[in-house]
Amino acid sequence: MTSFWLLILGLALTSFIPRASFITLFARWPVPALVQRGLRYVPAAVFSAILVPELVLTAGSVHLGLDNPRLLAGIVAGAIAWRTRNTLLTIVPGMLALHLFSYLAK
Amino acid sequence: MRFHPQYLAAVKACLPVLPGVLAFAAISGVAMVAAGMPHYMAMAMSVLVYAGSSQLATLQLVTSGSPLAIAILAGLVINLRFSIYSLSIAPHLAAAGPRWKPLLSYLLSDNGYAMSLRGYEHPLDPQGKVWYYFGCCSAIWITWQIGTFAGIVLGTRIPAGWHLEFSIVLTFLAIVVPTIRDRAVAAAACAAGITAVLFWSLPLRLGLLVAVAAGIAAGMLVENARARTQR
Repeated sequence: MTSFWLLILGLALTSFIPRASFITLFARWPVPALVQRGLRYVPAAVFSAILVPELVLTAGSVHLGLDNPRLLAGIVAGAIAWRTRNTLLTIVPGMLALHLFSYLAK
Repeated sequence: MRFHPQYLAAVKACLPVLPGVLAFAAISGVAMVAAGMPHYMAMAMSVLVYAGSSQLATLQLVTSGSPLAIAILAGLVINLRFSIYSLSIAPHLAAAGPRWKPLLSYLLSDNGYAMSLRGYEHPLDPQGKVWYYFGCCSAIWITWQIGTFAGIVLGTRIPAGWHLEFSIVLTFLAIVVPTIRDRAVAAAACAAGITAVLFWSLPLRLGLLVAVAAGIAAGMLVENARARTQR
C-alpha cells in the first residue's frame, strides 16, 4: 500500500511540474522564434508517435496486412476523420470496423 | 451564476471529444482496481495525478515488478509532453491572474490543449482565450473523473473482448488528422509515426520522445525547403 501512495505522490509531482513549467513557473521567459516555429508540429508529432505503433505493431513487431484488424480499422477511421473532422463520427465506426475486421480475420 | 460566453462556447466545442475521454478514463479506472488499489486510493490517484497514459504505463511497470523509482521516471518521461503544451499555450493564458495559473496548469491535458488551440483559430480577446481554455479543460476534467469513477465501480466486469482500449487510439486519430493541413505538418506526423515504430523497443518509452523530436525536425525541414522554392 505504501508503495502505491509513493507512486501517486511521485506521479502527482511529475505531472504537475511539466504542466506548470511555462504557464506558471517561467511565465516571463521569452520564447525564441525557432522554438515557436517548432511548436506548430508538436501536436501532430506527439499523437502520431502514440497512435501509429498501436496500429502497426502486434506484440512488439511490425504487422502489416489484412489480418491486422487494428491497422485496417485505423485506416477506415483515419479516412472518416479526414472527411468529417468529427470525433464521435470517427470513434463509433472505428470501433465497429475493429470488430468487423477481427471477425473476418478469424 | 453566469458563465463567460467563451466558457460555454468551449464546452460546446468539446462535446464530441467527451465520449472518448470517458472511455479512456473508465479504462484507467479499471486498470487501477485491477492492479490491486482500493477504490478510494484509485480515485485519489485520478484526482492528484490526472494523467491517464502515465497512470496506465506506471501501474503496468509496478505490477510487473519494476522498481518504484524507474516507474516514476517513466511517468515523468511520458508527462514531458505537457511542458511542450505548457510552453505553447502560455502566451494565450497571459491575461489570467497569478492565483489562477496553478489551477489552469493542473487542468492541462492532451485533449484540452488540442481543443483550445483549435478554438484559437478564431480571433479572441485575451480574457476570452483564458475562459475558452478553462471551458475546454474543466469539461474534460469533470468527464475524466466521472469516467474514472465508473471504471473503478465496474472494476474488471467490462469484457476484454470489447477492446474498449482501442477507442483511445481512435480519439488520438480524430485529434491529429484534422490538424494535418499542409505538407510540413503531414511530414511531421509521418516522421514521428515511423520513428516511434522503429524505436519502439527503447526502454522507458524513450522512443516516444525520439519520435516527437524527429517529427518536429521533419516539419521544420519541409517548411524551410518550401520557403526556399517559393522565394
